Amino acid sequence: MNAVLDNFDLVLRAFGYTVFLFLVSAVISLVLGTLLAAMRVGPVTVLRIFGTGYVTLVRNTPLVMIFLFFQLGAGKIFDTLRFTWVDIHIGPFDFTSFFSAAVASLSLYTAAFICEAIRAGVNAVPMGQAEAARAIGLPFSGVMSQVVLPQAIRASVPPLASTLIALLKNTSVAGVFGVIEAVGRMKGFTNDYADQRWGIFIAFAIGYVILVEIVSLISSLLERRWKVA
Amino acid sequence: MSAGVLFDAPGPATRARHRTYSIVAALALVAGVAFVIWRLYDTGQLEYDKWEPFLTPRYIEAILVDGLLITLQMAFSAVIGAVVFGVLFGVGKLSDHRWVRWPCWLVVEFFRAVPVIMLMIFCFYAVFGGMDELSRRTYWSVVLALTLYNGAVLAEVFRAGINAVPRGQAEAAYAIGMRKTQVMTIVLLPQAVKIMIPAIISQMVVALKDTSLGYAVAGLGLTRIAKPIYQQFGNHVPTIIVITAIYVVVNLLLTLLATWIQKKFVGEKKVLDVPMVGQAQSDRSTGVI
Repeated sequence: MNAVLDNFDLVLRAFGYTVFLFLVSAVISLVLGTLLAAMRVGPVTVLRIFGTGYVTLVRNTPLVMIFLFFQLGAGKIFDTLRFTWVDIHIGPFDFTSFFSAAVASLSLYTAAFICEAIRAGVNAVPMGQAEAARAIGLPFSGVMSQVVLPQAIRASVPPLASTLIALLKNTSVAGVFGVIEAVGRMKGFTNDYADQRWGIFIAFAIGYVILVEIVSLISSLLERRWKVA
Repeated sequence: MSAGVLFDAPGPATRARHRTYSIVAALALVAGVAFVIWRLYDTGQLEYDKWEPFLTPRYIEAILVDGLLITLQMAFSAVIGAVVFGVLFGVGKLSDHRWVRWPCWLVVEFFRAVPVIMLMIFCFYAVFGGMDELSRRTYWSVVLALTLYNGAVLAEVFRAGINAVPRGQAEAAYAIGMRKTQVMTIVLLPQAVKIMIPAIISQMVVALKDTSLGYAVAGLGLTRIAKPIYQQFGNHVPTIIVITAIYVVVNLLLTLLATWIQKKFVGEKKVLDVPMVGQAQSDRSTGVI
């Protein structure tokens, strides 16, 4: 345990990177995922096929391969995807090409799952709801904003939460690809302090458990707040 | 066209509008794909020598034997272990005794919350740190980490599956004088397992994808085999495309198998839906990552 307590600032900074990776990728993947979901439930066939194809492809691809692609391949095809143009420093945190590549990989990967979570929410709304709304004369915008979407959002909260928790855990892959976040730091400690491996593991595991619990707490609060009856 | 809840069956004007959208979208997609292919061509990624190893029997054999086979072995061992772990802890979580239920709950929640890659690193250095042979050490740390994680997920699946067996079954079993253990092993588990087989196969897709996380601990299998190839030929992009394609195809085959088994054994009944709400046709896909 001493290794962790003595270097507590390093541990905190590592978890800071984890949180940043999580937040940035969560926002981007929520946007992309919503767009994909709109394509998949929308009326335009070409977009629906594209959405389905993207989701099928990405869901069956290991995250590590996407990370490998952004580290080794993408920059060879598109120069911008080397992310050398990203160079932001906020306090003790440096956001450079490694961080950006990690965010890109995580966002593209998670977007497919977000799309599925939202689509599940939309599909969970019974047909009769929209039909009844149309029958009483609501226009399309009214059907959407008054009847379908409120129910759909409510129904997507639990699957969205489990997707975001998975994203939080997946940020750990970035630790192998050049971002010193929690797992990268843990690997360093494990190498340096061979006699304290159990303590190091438990300390970092507790960190993750706390983060996961925070996300699931927020989700259950939202769920309770939006619950009907 | 599946007119969902979102819009009415379109009339002629709307259909014409949708056709315009479709054409615009198709053009945009074609332009995008063409741009990517042009960049691939322009940067020389489509040259024959970069793809040559994937047409050479020696390399194909290496990819299939040292790559795919080992990946499948790891995933399969992990799923077997995870099923055992899942049954033990899933049943444990349903126990009537608080001193059994509590530790089981704790273990399951712990392994569900900790990233797999962290488990792998820990297994690699601490649990199997004494092993000499590197590839065996990697193999077992990947398998153990995946067993613990997928086992914890499956424990939840098993619990939900056992709870999904109609209550009358257990009541009837108690009524004819069976004991708790008998009710569980003779009546509930056999019925629950049938409902859960598709979920177990889906979990195998997850395990198969996650074997690639072994990259963190020297790596083994498909993800590993990529390295010597792109180092020798400098063909990073084609290698990544080919290896990813193998993963995708194998996973799709597994998914097909799961659907087929679902139809064959479980019939038209809904798939076991673990963390989901709502009653509609959510295709149980979202919970798994």
